Amino acid sequence: MAVSNLDLKCDVAWCPGCGNYGILTLLKEVITELALPREKLVMVSGIGQAAKIPQYFKTNYFNGLHGRALPPATAIKASNPELTVIAESGDGDMYGEGGNHFIHCIRRNPDIKNFVHNNMVYGLTKGQASPTSERGFVTPVQIGGVILEPFNPIAVAIALDASFVARAFVGHQKETKTILKEAIEHHGYALVDIFQPCVTFNKINTYQWFREHTYYLDEKHVVTDRAEAFRRAIETDKLPLGIFYKNPDKKIFEEQLLAYRHEKTPLFQRSRKPDQWAELMKNLVSV
Amino acid sequence: MNQPEQFTDDLSIVICGEAGQGVQTIQVVLIQVLRLAGYYAFATPEFMSRIRGGSNSTEIRVSSQRIGSFVEKIDFLIPLDRKAISHLDWRISNHTFIIGDQGQLGTEKPVYDIQFQKIAKEIGGDIYFNIIAAGFIIGVFNIDQNLFTNFLKAFFKEKSAEIIEKNCSAGFRGWNLGREFCASRGISISIQQHEDMRNEFFLNGAEAVGLGAIAGGCNFISAYPMSPSTGVLVFLAEQAEKFGIVVEQAEDEISGMNMALGSWYAGGRALVSTSGGGFALMTEGLSLAGCIESPVVVHLAQRPGPATGLPTRTEQGDLELALYAGHGEFPRVIYAPGTIQDAFFCTRKAFEIADRYQIPVFILTDQFLMDSYFSIPLLDFPKDQPLNHIVQTEENYKRYQLTENGISPRGIPGFGRGIVCVDSDEHDEGGYITEDFRVRKSMVDKRLRKEKFLAREILAPELIGDENFKKLVVGWGSTYSVICEALERRGDAQVAFLYCKQIYPLPSEVEMYLKKAKETIVVENNATGQFAKLIKRETGISVTRKILKYDGFPFSVEKIEEAL
Repeated sequence: MAVSNLDLKCDVAWCPGCGNYGILTLLKEVITELALPREKLVMVSGIGQAAKIPQYFKTNYFNGLHGRALPPATAIKASNPELTVIAESGDGDMYGEGGNHFIHCIRRNPDIKNFVHNNMVYGLTKGQASPTSERGFVTPVQIGGVILEPFNPIAVAIALDASFVARAFVGHQKETKTILKEAIEHHGYALVDIFQPCVTFNKINTYQWFREHTYYLDEKHVVTDRAEAFRRAIETDKLPLGIFYKNPDKKIFEEQLLAYRHEKTPLFQRSRKPDQWAELMKNLVSV
Repeated sequence: MNQPEQFTDDLSIVICGEAGQGVQTIQVVLIQVLRLAGYYAFATPEFMSRIRGGSNSTEIRVSSQRIGSFVEKIDFLIPLDRKAISHLDWRISNHTFIIGDQGQLGTEKPVYDIQFQKIAKEIGGDIYFNIIAAGFIIGVFNIDQNLFTNFLKAFFKEKSAEIIEKNCSAGFRGWNLGREFCASRGISISIQQHEDMRNEFFLNGAEAVGLGAIAGGCNFISAYPMSPSTGVLVFLAEQAEKFGIVVEQAEDEISGMNMALGSWYAGGRALVSTSGGGFALMTEGLSLAGCIESPVVVHLAQRPGPATGLPTRTEQGDLELALYAGHGEFPRVIYAPGTIQDAFFCTRKAFEIADRYQIPVFILTDQFLMDSYFSIPLLDFPKDQPLNHIVQTEENYKRYQLTENGISPRGIPGFGRGIVCVDSDEHDEGGYITEDFRVRKSMVDKRLRKEKFLAREILAPELIGDENFKKLVVGWGSTYSVICEALERRGDAQVAFLYCKQIYPLPSEVEMYLKKAKETIVVENNATGQFAKLIKRETGISVTRKILKYDGFPFSVEKIEEAL
């Protein structure tokens, strides 16, 4: 698939073999195949190795602060609903530093996509535990092994009735691509947690490990069955992949805002309202 | 206190009761009826951080002159409960008329006995207490009964005919009691009235900031409720549908600030509104605005800290917080409006300056300004102000193109053929991460270069008084009215007042005026003299004296007069 329109000559800061490369390639292919107009796509990311992804292809981006991708992503969509907004960062960024925003973004349900590179370790700060590291995972800081319960983004998102919840593994390109496409085409907030091995700092959760410890939800899985989706989400023996849950009936954040009740145009295209002002002044005086 | 008394110039009325007893309703009714009758009125409430109980009061001043400051003296006090008298004990003198139910108030002090509650029950219940009390004061002023009745009918228009009727009769009973009181105590009021007051309206500081934001083209606010800043969020929420404003109560102030930056990036014009503790959480995002050169307007309504401090009280303790907030070095502007008009104009201007220079601009207010009601003439809609400073991008658009004045044309995604890349890491002209030290230096220089051009936009300080002063009083923000009134009372031609509505970058006139004075006095509602320190930093001048207050109350006219 030709993705030259998005290609950018740049110095990539990822290690050879890093799972991020695979995600970058798939993302570019998905954008091309869905024919998303480049000028209308905005990538929003935080800080970390995964958060550098918008740097490596031709796109609008808002590469903000660590953990803070979702608030600007929500606001970008709410300020110009004509944009396609993808908030993409790592597990530490989205689930750790940005945990509170993750919860409330799901509650808002803006029509944005949330792709999380989940490698169960901190890469850029060199190998400490991430919120998704498994118990017992030994690091230079967690010397006796991780003693915290791993964060389960899938279960949390389903508990919050997120409108689209999926998990992918970058080692399975075809399946991941299908999931990413479906997420982008979904109307509403869509979480895709993407397993992605860190070849430098995580010697446990390798490509091999993910192949052995995952399986796909089959066609019998009913994606609108929330209780079943949750039951699958808390499985740990083998980790399910695929689309866990969809709630197509959820209302969209920006579509419910009063600012869009009478006008649908992006904020920057609107004119001032001297008539409303005159009326407001009249009302203030006649109190 | 039983001497006949004439009020020719100025009158201070205080209503005090528990939270939830209706002090606010009395305040609203009184100031509006007084305005319709042609009086200059001003109201400043003080309240506790609780929803029920405690003691809250409001001071309503009526004057021949336009006033906007707090006085300690109380001429008429209507206590709604027992605790009110002890709460206000320090302000009650033997010139204070206390009006209320003597048996219930249980005070040694002389009380003009009116059994408000008993009368309210006769009319239909305790709820009518407020309107009887308001009617009493309106009767004292001998305001036309029809005017009052018509106001009540409009004020309660959403209620049933029966309730409207009962409120009108409560107002009528109160009015008559007020007339009787004046007759029996020999009280007469001859405060000057002004015909054009009918065309004015009451605004508190929160509403003035909100209106200024709308006039400045604000179409996005993301905030977390925090006293005393919440009024701005509430006001803009009320206007959201009519003016097309995206209003979002964020999960925390971190999100609020980051949303605001996202909105500006996508073509919105965003405001955040908070107080010290909330702003502390926004400082990381403020620094991001500095790095990605995003416009953002920050309304910071000060209250006493540190930490939670006194949530519902006033202070000017966050000047240094606003001045130094955010890691790294980047330009900013800080306005500190002292009047309701300036709260409006500074906020409006903040949007223009933030947009044009792509920097954070602060409006620094405080609880006193936020919650006090001033009457002002109607505000004009700005026809001349540009809609925005966004450019349509070309194919090879570079967000951080190096320019002579440091300002790069600001594109937004989806408007033009270019792509818009902003990065919190140091970046090159295209917005891509760089660690090249030469690019780094050129970007720092570019960002700071704007300061030189910003100097042309500075709101000059206003000198109140004679140019040939010997003594110069310097103030910023909400102390404007109280300093003006105290100086007027003293009537000393050798003392002038320099009011600074922009405090950073510090206007060059400040140095000029300070050098002319033999004695310089800074008045600040804080404990360490933060503005005096800023003046020293910027001009090298140490002021002669500082008048400071940090007990949570605003300065009173009496205290400033005494201190001068």
